[in-house]
Amino acid sequence: MRVPLTWLREYCDPPLDVRAIEQRLTLTGTKVEAIHRHGVPDVEGFVVGHVLDVQPHPDADRLRVCTVDLGAAQGEGPATIVCGAPNVATGQTVAVAQPGAVMPDGTKLERAKLRGVVSEGMILAENELEIGTGGEGILVLDELTLDAGPRRCGAVPRPGTPLADVLPIATDVLELEITPNRPDCLGVYGVARELHAATGATLAPEPWLADPGSAGSVDGAQVVVECPDLCPRFTARVFENVSIGPSPPWLKARLMAAGQRPINNVVDITNYAMLLTGQPLHAFDLDRVAGAKLTVRRARDGEQLQTLDGQARELDSEMVVIDDADGPTSIAGLMGGARSEVAPDTTRVLLEVATWDGPGIHRASWRLGLRSEASSRFEKGLQPEQCMHAQAVATRLMIDCCGAQPAAGTIDVAWEPAAPQVLRLREARVRAILGVPVAMQRQTEILRALDFAGEPAPDGLDVTVPPLRRDDVTREVDLIEEVARIDGVDRLPATLPARRGAAGMLTHAQRVRRAAEDAMAARGLHEIVGWSFAEPGLLDRLLLAGDHAMRNVVRLENPLSDTQSIMRPTLLGSLLDAAQHNVARNGPDIAIFESGTVYRATGAHDERAADEHHGLGVLVSGSLAPRSWRAAPAQADFFAVKALLTALLDQLHVDWSVQPRTWPFLHPGRSAVVLAGEQTLGFVGELHPLVAGAWDLQRTAAFAIDVGKLAAVAPEAIPFVAFPAVPSLRQDLAVILPDAVPAAQVIASARGAGGETLQDVSVFDVYAGEQVGEGRRSLALALSFRSADRTLTDEDVAPARERIVAALGELGGELRG
Amino acid sequence: MIERIAELRGQAEAEIAAAGSAEALQELRVRYLGRKAELPQMLRGVARLAPELRGAVGKAANQARQALDALIEQRSSQLGGEELHERLRADRVDVTLPGAPAQPVGRLHLLTTMRRELEDIFLGLGFTVMEGPEIESVHYNFDALNHSPTHPARARTDTFYIARPDLLAPSEPRPGQPPSPLAAEELVLRTHTSPMQVRAMEAHPPPLYVVIPGRVYRPDSDATHTPQFHQIEGLAVDEDITLADLKGTLLMFARAVFGDRRDVRLRPHFFPFTEPSVEVDVSCFHCAGSGFLRDGARCPLCKGEGWLEVLGAGEVDPNVYSHVPTSEANAPGYDPEKVQGFAWGMGVERIAMLKHGVPDLRLYYENDLRFLEQF
Repeated sequence: MRVPLTWLREYCDPPLDVRAIEQRLTLTGTKVEAIHRHGVPDVEGFVVGHVLDVQPHPDADRLRVCTVDLGAAQGEGPATIVCGAPNVATGQTVAVAQPGAVMPDGTKLERAKLRGVVSEGMILAENELEIGTGGEGILVLDELTLDAGPRRCGAVPRPGTPLADVLPIATDVLELEITPNRPDCLGVYGVARELHAATGATLAPEPWLADPGSAGSVDGAQVVVECPDLCPRFTARVFENVSIGPSPPWLKARLMAAGQRPINNVVDITNYAMLLTGQPLHAFDLDRVAGAKLTVRRARDGEQLQTLDGQARELDSEMVVIDDADGPTSIAGLMGGARSEVAPDTTRVLLEVATWDGPGIHRASWRLGLRSEASSRFEKGLQPEQCMHAQAVATRLMIDCCGAQPAAGTIDVAWEPAAPQVLRLREARVRAILGVPVAMQRQTEILRALDFAGEPAPDGLDVTVPPLRRDDVTREVDLIEEVARIDGVDRLPATLPARRGAAGMLTHAQRVRRAAEDAMAARGLHEIVGWSFAEPGLLDRLLLAGDHAMRNVVRLENPLSDTQSIMRPTLLGSLLDAAQHNVARNGPDIAIFESGTVYRATGAHDERAADEHHGLGVLVSGSLAPRSWRAAPAQADFFAVKALLTALLDQLHVDWSVQPRTWPFLHPGRSAVVLAGEQTLGFVGELHPLVAGAWDLQRTAAFAIDVGKLAAVAPEAIPFVAFPAVPSLRQDLAVILPDAVPAAQVIASARGAGGETLQDVSVFDVYAGEQVGEGRRSLALALSFRSADRTLTDEDVAPARERIVAALGELGGELRG
Repeated sequence: MIERIAELRGQAEAEIAAAGSAEALQELRVRYLGRKAELPQMLRGVARLAPELRGAVGKAANQARQALDALIEQRSSQLGGEELHERLRADRVDVTLPGAPAQPVGRLHLLTTMRRELEDIFLGLGFTVMEGPEIESVHYNFDALNHSPTHPARARTDTFYIARPDLLAPSEPRPGQPPSPLAAEELVLRTHTSPMQVRAMEAHPPPLYVVIPGRVYRPDSDATHTPQFHQIEGLAVDEDITLADLKGTLLMFARAVFGDRRDVRLRPHFFPFTEPSVEVDVSCFHCAGSGFLRDGARCPLCKGEGWLEVLGAGEVDPNVYSHVPTSEANAPGYDPEKVQGFAWGMGVERIAMLKHGVPDLRLYYENDLRFLEQF
């Protein structure tokens, strides 16, 4: 909210500069987000002038040469000023900028020759001072425009009077962040009260205390509220003999500084009263309200209404419309209708000030895409008492600025005042929550400044909550907040909690996740962080059949876009997206991983709404290492990615294996399930070329595992295993086998046959080719034998070796010569 | 003869010292110590000498032979060392060539590094790390956090809702089981990590000191908002945890992340689930909190404020405790007259942005290698 400082100071004027005021407001909860300067940068050089004479310019039809009394010292005569405005005339009191004055846009005024005549200044129009929008003619400071409103001058100002004494031509403007619990601060007076509490400076009486209007029934207008749940209060006043015209300069200037465009006096008054009290108003031309009767009702579902901006809008039954005898005239709290708008010929005004259900306005405002200063106030939830604040302020101005006569009475529908709430504030509790005591006297002082009433109670205070704060302050702790924020939370000491029984540590699962991520980064992979969202088309691009379990995804009801409308069921999508992005920009070599959550819908929403598990996914394509001058780096394929998987699982001491298995998105001959015992950890494989191709990738390999399951099978504490001092005996064995026999089976078979001295079997070479024949391959096995107590010889292990050869023979293997 | 031995020894010593190669040394060994050489001949002839001469001559000759033997050995190894050195000198490589084969260097994502850094700070302060579901019930995300039923944050504009076709056609509870508490409830993508406050209190009795890192979602998308982002929630509940304790804890955090000389400032604010609520500013590390750089220019990081807004916090609202049922798991439960504490929520992206100068939030999720390789 924009609050002109000059306006604020009218109600609370602490002896502080704008920076100090900013500081106090910010540190007590009304954050000043910016300070703007509105109007002229410096008031120097702007004075009141009196036009003594106007003559035509000798060389220009449109210009006049004016003699203007600027109240110059004796001996100096009046100034000659060239003016182009059509309305300049002898006898006017005008606003003048003298040479040296700096205009709001930053240009400095110089003595200038205009078609041969030297002009010693400029007679100003209101737009040149940013105090209005009129620019066709100069601003005339006659009695009419000055003798109204809070800044009454009483008489025409004397020539030479500083212009700033007469018109608000310069002000700092505070841009404030008002938190949603403080709709009472959505008006200048509410902020003034905060400033009063924050600085101790005197607060002027509430501007609505003197109400020139009266209570009681009103003749000639009627209001019916059919939905009091959505309209807790509706007030209206009728004004006769209204003359529509421009607002006085001071009023226009304030609106301009507060960021509102002046329209005409009646509309400006509604805006002014709203800016001052926080309560929006709406003016109807009563003669254009059919039947002089307004009915407040819920809209019908699907009801169409054409709003002021010419758009047809579809309403629903949670929205409120205001009807006259001819049908809807406006959408409550959001937008008036063109039919009953105040126009230049308006003479009778019905001024509506109502309270609307805040959430209802919020919802309607969003549904209809209509936001305004009024709706943004209503949606915060205003208090019914505020209606009469706005009526009182507006009534005064209608009389002063529009020559209006208020009709007797005030329509006031649907509201019953509620008894104020009294809360106990315990002194000990203040200390317990804040950590430091606040003196009782100080507590009382703070609460009084904020319009609370405090009476001593046995253990503290009994505090009466003012009506405007009734939604925000309902409990003792809310009062503690009031005391704390004004006393200064910035002044609290910095202490540490007792930390009883607190030993900060990661869980095993959290440590496993970190270790897994570190293992991948240490092997040269970059971690990515992808979107949890995915597009439904991902499932097709991954070639998932219609009934595949991975299609059981969590869907968003209100996604930002279709491409982000499901929650990812796999990390593959974001890995592939990141790979595609980088291949296009940074070349074909991709080695990335992601550690993140994946989501599946569960049929029954029991403990958890959906199945979420933390996955680790790896994707490699192209070279796995930078090009090197000595050796060609390995290329991504099944075995390259399996080596990364091996490094990960072995590092975590997991006992694991793989078995051939297919997934729709993987190469059917190069994919496997990763197992720890019977437990499935995930998959490893090359991507199906159609899938890789869909992301513009060449051969690409990946694995993904469930980190939760990984943590469950990764041992927490590793027991020591004694190792014998004697060396092991190594032997190699090359065996030719049908290539359908998996290496794992060969190793398992050798292990089974080798007996207890056989410590390890591994494949260190694979050969397929002419020498071994079609459909066969040669595996070179490294055997490692060891005895606990002595060094083994070839003779010692010969029987074991023979058993191994025999076992491999049963698999169709024969020793290679 | 003794003189002759000394003369031979001196002569040989000089020649050995001057020998320039293994061959020359071998030649000297033959010349002075070989079978036919003079010194060995003398040794062999000692028996033929007069008895009174035998002892002295034999001793001198023997000493000379041993000395020369040792000297040849010494010179030989010296020559060998020099030769090896020469050979190795010739066998040199261009040490400025890159190491090979090149080892790829991988990195954790900045968000992971930042999250771990923050976790570690709070681990050190005695907090444990908890995690929780991202697809959350309206109960935990809003109701239990004291959001009124009509709070604007619940609107479809501000919160992602999960499509629940099952709500349109409610299924029968499975036989023998009570209807699920969530069955009739709307589900959302959590808009903050705060729903874990109540979940944590349901699972553990006080005193409770936890931080909850995790991914959260809000329907916003521009340079300073992404629809997903990360928070770290903090929650400490005990008998006597004050707002001053919050300040002390966050001061430790600020100094750990942004430097020892940082200060923190609490500013009153509003959140539905804390009371009193504050926003927490850290003094700007770019301009040392002055708002201006050395050259007098306005600090671009804090925009001349001297302070950087980093998080929201407060004392846990009593209404939040009232949403924590007492059970076997958390007995004696959370009675707001007996326990109190603070909570905060900080944005990981925001802190990393400040600390590392990342200009646009979207960079975090674009995953361009030129970004990933930097941190």
